[in-house]
Amino acid sequence: MALKIVKGSIDRMFDKNLQDLVRGIRNHKDDEAKYISTCIDEIKQELKQDNIAVKANAVCKLTYLQMLGYDVSWAAFNIVEVMSSSKFTYKRIGYLAASQCFHESTDVIMLTTNQIRKDLSSPNQYDTGVALTGLSCFVTPDLARDLANDIMTLMSHTKPYIRKKAVLIMYKVFLKYPESLRPAFPRLKEKLEDPDPGVQSAAVNVICELARRNPKNYLSLAPLFFKLMTSSTNNWVLIKIIKLFGALTPLEPRLGKKLIEPLTNLIHSTSAMSLLYECVNTVIAVLISLSSGMPNHSASIQLCVQKLRILIEDSDQNLKYLGLLAMSKILKTHPKSVQSHKDLILQCLDDKDESIRLRALDLLYGMVSKKNLMEIVKKLMLHVDKAEGTTYRDELLTKIIDICSQSNYQYITNFEWYISILVELTRLEGTRHGHLIASQMLDVAIRVKAIRVFAVAQMATLLDNAHLLTGNMQRNGICEVLYAAAWICGEFSEHLENPMQTLEAMLRPKVATLPGHIQAVYVQNAAKLFATVLKSQEGNTDGTVTQDTSQLMIERLPVFVQSANLEVQERASCILQLVKYIQKLQQKDVEVAEEVSALFAGELNPVAPKAQKKVPVPEGLDLDTWINEPPSESESEDEQPKAIFTKEEPKHSRARHTEVDEKELARRREARKQEQANNPFYIKSSPSSQKVYQETPGVDHIPVIQIDLTVPLKVPGLPMSDQYVKLEEERRQKERAEKKKKDKKKRKEKRSGRGKKHDSGPESEEDITPAHMVDIVTEEMPENALPSDDDEKDPNDPHKALDIDLDKPLADSEKIPVRSHRAAEAAKSPVEDRDADGIATQLPKKKHGKEKREEKKKKDKDRERKKSKDEKKKKKHKSEEKDGDLLGAEVDEPVVQSEEPSQASEPPTSNSAEVSDLDFWLSNAPVPSNIQEVPKVAAAEAASAAEVISGGAQDSEPDEPKDAEMEATKPSKHKKKKQKKEKEDKEKKKKKHHHYHHHSDGVGEESVQNGTVEEEEEPLPSMSNYCLLAENSYIKMMMEDADQVYDIQGNLQDGSQVVVSVIFENKCDSFLKSMEFNVLDSLNSKLQRPEGSGPHDSLAVPFQLPPGVSNEARYVFTVQSIVMPQKLKGTLTFIVKTEESSTHEKLDFKLHFTCTSYLITTPCYSDAFAKLLESADLKSSSVRLEGVNMPFHHLLARICFHHHFSVVERIDSCASMYSRSIQGHHVCLLVKTSGQTVSIDAKCDEPMLLGNVLDEIKQTFSQC
Amino acid sequence: MIKAILIFNNHGKPRLSKFYEHYTEDTEQQIIRETFHLVSKRDENVCNFLEGGMLIGGSDYKLIYRHYATLYFVFCVDSSESELGILDLIQVFVETLDKCFENVCELDLIFHVDKVHNILAEMVMGGMVLETNMNEIITQVDAQNKMEKSETFIFQSTRQDR
Repeated sequence: MALKIVKGSIDRMFDKNLQDLVRGIRNHKDDEAKYISTCIDEIKQELKQDNIAVKANAVCKLTYLQMLGYDVSWAAFNIVEVMSSSKFTYKRIGYLAASQCFHESTDVIMLTTNQIRKDLSSPNQYDTGVALTGLSCFVTPDLARDLANDIMTLMSHTKPYIRKKAVLIMYKVFLKYPESLRPAFPRLKEKLEDPDPGVQSAAVNVICELARRNPKNYLSLAPLFFKLMTSSTNNWVLIKIIKLFGALTPLEPRLGKKLIEPLTNLIHSTSAMSLLYECVNTVIAVLISLSSGMPNHSASIQLCVQKLRILIEDSDQNLKYLGLLAMSKILKTHPKSVQSHKDLILQCLDDKDESIRLRALDLLYGMVSKKNLMEIVKKLMLHVDKAEGTTYRDELLTKIIDICSQSNYQYITNFEWYISILVELTRLEGTRHGHLIASQMLDVAIRVKAIRVFAVAQMATLLDNAHLLTGNMQRNGICEVLYAAAWICGEFSEHLENPMQTLEAMLRPKVATLPGHIQAVYVQNAAKLFATVLKSQEGNTDGTVTQDTSQLMIERLPVFVQSANLEVQERASCILQLVKYIQKLQQKDVEVAEEVSALFAGELNPVAPKAQKKVPVPEGLDLDTWINEPPSESESEDEQPKAIFTKEEPKHSRARHTEVDEKELARRREARKQEQANNPFYIKSSPSSQKVYQETPGVDHIPVIQIDLTVPLKVPGLPMSDQYVKLEEERRQKERAEKKKKDKKKRKEKRSGRGKKHDSGPESEEDITPAHMVDIVTEEMPENALPSDDDEKDPNDPHKALDIDLDKPLADSEKIPVRSHRAAEAAKSPVEDRDADGIATQLPKKKHGKEKREEKKKKDKDRERKKSKDEKKKKKHKSEEKDGDLLGAEVDEPVVQSEEPSQASEPPTSNSAEVSDLDFWLSNAPVPSNIQEVPKVAAAEAASAAEVISGGAQDSEPDEPKDAEMEATKPSKHKKKKQKKEKEDKEKKKKKHHHYHHHSDGVGEESVQNGTVEEEEEPLPSMSNYCLLAENSYIKMMMEDADQVYDIQGNLQDGSQVVVSVIFENKCDSFLKSMEFNVLDSLNSKLQRPEGSGPHDSLAVPFQLPPGVSNEARYVFTVQSIVMPQKLKGTLTFIVKTEESSTHEKLDFKLHFTCTSYLITTPCYSDAFAKLLESADLKSSSVRLEGVNMPFHHLLARICFHHHFSVVERIDSCASMYSRSIQGHHVCLLVKTSGQTVSIDAKCDEPMLLGNVLDEIKQTFSQC
Repeated sequence: MIKAILIFNNHGKPRLSKFYEHYTEDTEQQIIRETFHLVSKRDENVCNFLEGGMLIGGSDYKLIYRHYATLYFVFCVDSSESELGILDLIQVFVETLDKCFENVCELDLIFHVDKVHNILAEMVMGGMVLETNMNEIITQVDAQNKMEKSETFIFQSTRQDR
């Protein structure tokens, strides 16, 4: 044994380490492979030893060899051994090797589960870190399932180093084991607010990655991310969040509106180009999603375009590239804004950087118009000539065709010009896109009837000069255009000036060197031409021309009959026999022209590319059933109809294949193909289709087309597209002149105005009329075409599995498998696993913090609701059965104790609450966000945002069973009130009630959730509408008194009702009971009493107060006139019960109804507001406040909060505000501030009310 | 997500390859070759972005690279990464290497590819950016190296004796 160890260490000393290996490889440059193979042999020996150090060294070397491309999977088991070493050094080597060469099908991965788990829980943070890093590269579904729980635990590790790695790896776990997403998500969400920036960044990273694939599930996180965006200073995090918002906005346009402002601010303020760029990108995404309905929309677009222009003009090529990239996004929706930068983009076409040129080309696509198409294409043609390298030139070529053919040739005014451009493009050396040009030629010739004469003439020239194109035809894609040329000449041969000559050109012996499918078209169309020639000579008694033609055909066709290509051969022999027969008839002087041309009669119509696919299958037709016995042969491969231009397989193999055997079958197939080729319904040339050929571009030189002057053509040579530009200009000028004349004739008196405009100003798009009356035939579709189903998602996308609703509450069965029963579970499928968990391995699910807090909030709200239920008067809605129970059961109990049962009966509402949270958050969107940041304003707005709220909060029915809405939108007033009380408590050094703490907690939490609180901003002084109503004057009486604080608010539902909430607080050590509340009615205002009671009867307060406890009751008053403030006298009587005795006490108070209390916060949009101001029936008034020493947004918040206004619009130090009284009076304010002076201009349709409201506002600010 | 990180020299010799998706060794070599081919034919003063080659490509992916002296650093990323951000990350990576190796040169990467991997692991994990703060990265790398040293002290000394 000892000997073995010694031997091991000696061996080790002579082992090569990684450095030696590298050095060795470098020294054996000539026989590297051989050297490495000896090294691998050595490594194999080393791996056989027991010494872990030797093994680790070997594995380290293998990792290097893996990088050089050697398969090292045979050592997988040794890698696992090294991974499980107890030493960090070796462990790291092992994990590195594993991360480089393990993958899902590596079977030894199964063995690693326990080792990884051990490492994950290692006390050494670097063991854990290394394991996490490694695992992130080779995690499998099994590993993910087995280790998810361990990683979950690590997400709450004390060390941020581990936390961030654990958070990050969760993404990989989710991908492999989607079931873990929902259980883990709450904790992941929690990590968004981790104190460590690295962990936070990791969480943002993971959620962004998840949300990018399935954005809709993450919409509810928008408020949280919004908060992060406004608070974070880490550019990495910001970029991720901003990118995420870019993905979210298409789903929720309101979010976009909310984002515009902070993003615009960032654009203005940031110095980081990366951040600026992403902001611009997201603003673009927002603008795309909004498309309309934003008033200052164009300003944002302008800002973006302006910033992008700066980027493009930058000397840094990277910025230039990105600027162009982003510009192309704007182009899709706002082409106008981009078009103004045409100069810049054309300039980029000359850039030396190909990436930039390509981007600029993309942009050109959207910038063309009828007016500038020719000019732009001309410029592009120049580039084509100059371009080096086929890739870029091919790109240019496709771009030219794309630009011209886009939206059904919308921008082409002169098709002659287009045809000549196409012909010019055929001169391109070694392009791969011959088929593209060809299909364009076909498409234009078929669909634009007026152009056929011209097109045919051009094609005839092309055929005549075919030898120039076919320098090296087998490898040269350009000869594809001959296919189109031949077909066009044949099909529309009636337009040919000299069919004889063209026929001659098509039957030249050299044609036989063309690819087979082109030859076939040649032969077929030669026959068509033949028919045309016969027809044209019909009246002619001298038969020499026709006889010559027949002779020519008979002489030349045999070449094709011998063709190796079956289709050519077949067609040729058919036609040859036909011509021979015709020749016989001709010799007998029989008139055959009519009959021959009947062979090719009929008009062709273009068919939409997908028309065939969309023909519905007739009922009862099952295409899958066999009609005959299935053939034994491999027939299926050729079954699909072939598009004309696709010819993936080399022709030789096809021919050989048909020759081999089953001739009969092949012939039928070929016949079908021929039929397809001749069948107009198989012309599948869509203007946009661009199939990329796999052919290698020919590099051989092709001579530029020259005009063969010996050929007497009527069209003198090939037209230069440039001349059309000039012609077009002339034509337009002429048109303009004519138009001007017409204008003059039409309205002589207006002669000066419009006529001149036409002269000088550039013509608008509509003015340009096409040169020809172009009849663009639309493509035909079957009558009952099926709707398109093109945008199917890739079913193999791993992210599809992660499309999981995250807002639903977790079910019991949803948890990550726990390790305790792993051995038993290992063999089971995940589903069984979970079942098993549900029964046996239940680990008490940890409620994570957020949930708990939410529950706490809920509890508090329950409590509050209950309280008010208790207090409320009987006449108010009694919609809930629960009500009675609570009243009966809990009257005597301290409120705190009564929580539990009702909480249990509460259904989980977190989901709907969250959703409506989002709605609420978004509903604030029209209001400038800096105002929203003020919690009080938000609260006030919340109070008015929807009816729900008015029902739930301001209303006198706090027991509405709309739990969710209540939760979500409850204005924080109640809580504020509690806070205030809490303060009072503190001041008086009284024993505090712990439940107040809950409330204050709840407030903080809720506002965070809503995203409306900007904690970093200077906090607002706490505000409350509650004021002291009366304090007991019986100080002698052992402090048994109650404070009365009250708040008055209008009732939205009833025009003449005001609800007063009164908080009663027991400040003494004794029990207070039998409280009775009474108010002396005035003429104008009356306390609503239950039916049957007299006008002076007092109302019992529906609760008793133990020492130190407070509770709230609400009273409804009817008011008639609301234009004046009112004061009502009232009395509260109660019994103070101590252990020894009980005394009857009384407290007088005055209820002060201000005019403000009749106002209801109502949101108003700026356009409606403007309309309102315009209407004449508003009286105006104004007030100035001096010495107001607070920030403007605090001021606004105060007005909003105390006086129930909402902000309509805020611009710098000026804001318009709106409110409405319970009787429907509009109150509009314009608040301006300069220094310490605040001026308020107000308008209202009731001057008295307005005056009083203004006085009250003045008073509010004089107090502070 | 980052799909792959490659470092190769001016002749296309790989110095580090990290694929965050599985490919066979042959495909990996092919990708490296092709990427080298794409990157090396570009001039110095052109932009650092390339719309991907056939193998690693797909319209969503981009190659983002930087050229330092004899080495190319190439990141293949999808559209969820910020282009300029990744350029910064490459810079951070190189600066970190520079700090860890003290004036890094190609030879350091040739002989200590494992160390480069370890440094990279502190920056990018499973294709996602883990840390961008250079000081934090160096702290963690140093701490791990210290641990390694304390463990392999004996081993080191035996080798030096030789």
